[in-house]
Amino acid sequence: MDDRDKMLNAFERALLDVDRLAARQVMEQRGRDMRPIRFVEKVVLPVLEQLGAGWQDGSLALSQVYMAGRICEELIDEMLPPADPSRKNQPRMAICILEDHHALGKVMVYAVLRSGGFDLLDYGVVGVDDLVARVQADRVEVLLISVLMLPSALKIKSVRQKLMDRGCDVTLIVGGAPFRFDDQLWQMVGANVMCENASDVVPAIEKIMEEKT
Amino acid sequence: MNQVSMTAMQRVLTTLGHREPDRVPFFLLLTLHGAKELGLSIKTYFSTPEHVVEGQMRLLAKYRHDCLYSFFYAPVEIEAFGGEVMFMDDGPPNSGEPVIKTHQDIRSLTVPDVENTPCLARVLAATRGLRDRVRDQVPIIGVVMSPFSLPVMQMGFDRYLDLMFEQPDLFSHLMKINQAFCIQWANAQLAAGATAICYFDPVSSTTITTRKMYLKTGFEVACQTLAQINGPTATHMASGRCLPILQDIAGTGTAAVGVSCLEDIRAVKAACKNKLTVIGNLNGIEMRRWSVEQAENHVKDLIAKAGAGGGFILSDNHGEIPFQVPDEVLMAISDSVHRWGKYPLPTDVSGKE
Repeated sequence: MDDRDKMLNAFERALLDVDRLAARQVMEQRGRDMRPIRFVEKVVLPVLEQLGAGWQDGSLALSQVYMAGRICEELIDEMLPPADPSRKNQPRMAICILEDHHALGKVMVYAVLRSGGFDLLDYGVVGVDDLVARVQADRVEVLLISVLMLPSALKIKSVRQKLMDRGCDVTLIVGGAPFRFDDQLWQMVGANVMCENASDVVPAIEKIMEEKT
Repeated sequence: MNQVSMTAMQRVLTTLGHREPDRVPFFLLLTLHGAKELGLSIKTYFSTPEHVVEGQMRLLAKYRHDCLYSFFYAPVEIEAFGGEVMFMDDGPPNSGEPVIKTHQDIRSLTVPDVENTPCLARVLAATRGLRDRVRDQVPIIGVVMSPFSLPVMQMGFDRYLDLMFEQPDLFSHLMKINQAFCIQWANAQLAAGATAICYFDPVSSTTITTRKMYLKTGFEVACQTLAQINGPTATHMASGRCLPILQDIAGTGTAAVGVSCLEDIRAVKAACKNKLTVIGNLNGIEMRRWSVEQAENHVKDLIAKAGAGGGFILSDNHGEIPFQVPDEVLMAISDSVHRWGKYPLPTDVSGKE
């Protein structure tokens, strides 16, 4: 096992044990040659991705993945404050919950993206018309929508239609329980991408960035 | 047992005894479709108990299934705690802003008085109305949110997980309040005529909580709570996984478990054998776009995998069928159970010689 594997294992163990101190130790002992953004790319994101996959296959619980994301977000916010130039060049992004007060999915995706060095607007809980107006005003290029209930998922179709009516070219990334129970639903509502868990979002955005360049 | 025709109550009790009744019992856990039957908006439908009684009776006659569901909507309990309920045109009412915004709110939370809370009184009146209509012929399923899962609506999922992991004293305090309410609420429904109580507990599922955490929290809460409910209970995971904790769930004193379509029903049935009746596990989200043929195939497959020996009630996997599921699909499910679910199971369903 090389040093990076040891670091990955130690970081994963710390997150699963909800041990902030141990996670911080791994970060602090990473060595001088590993810049913060490199630590994010080589340790934080791979571990979060692994935990997300564990949740998807049923071997881990959502509470573990959620607490891991929270700890990572706290650590990375210290290393890379919001205005830090090391935070990534990226499309303009926003995240929201559509007509629902169940915030867990949005909080997790937000934490993973912040842990990955991304910045994004947080619209909180919004209705369809308000969302469309804000996306247009903020010139958002990538919109992430989290839902828990089926009716909210179905309303994304209306968001897509209204964005098109206003000439807004927005990439829609969706996620949440209804999409996991029906693998055709994301396409039916006009989304571009569906993420099965929070850590799928980073590779999805990186792919979008690649396609845009 | 292979009587020609049992009542729904006899059928359900027989399967709960892990024996085969005349056919596989099935619960179409319909709440919102009653509004459709009566041509009312969802909000108007739930405004009086008479609507719900009439809606449930029409659904029972139409689909010939095996229960009445006195459940209105999950946030009725949040309403009882002083919270907001948001009605929609095409889905179940949702809870609004959390009632618990600060930790101090937990300290000052009080147990609602069930009999004198109008939203709960409507549910009790509907339960009594249903009981008057069917007496002991059809089981009436009442619903409570588990004290362990209710905080998702009381304070928001993320803040509840923070509380669970970081504030054990406050968590315990909240559980005590919720347990007192849950027991009172369940017993009031039983007294009004509910045959059994469905104890919704998705936070205990392994989708949300590890087994280790469950044994320290949701399991303990369930053991203490169910012991004080004066009637039979079924624990429902509302789409969450539970295969790794089925033996623990059996240890809480519940009689049945509602399971997810994400799990192998054969494995679930084997793990529950003679301990828990399995309720499930049709995919309600997908169901809204099934053809009649697909509905029949799903029912047939489920009966083949889980029907033998009793201990099985065919149902959806969430405990509530979405408003968007068309009548034709519900009718196809009903027709298929009536056709393929007769015991002894037909050869081309069970695969037996």
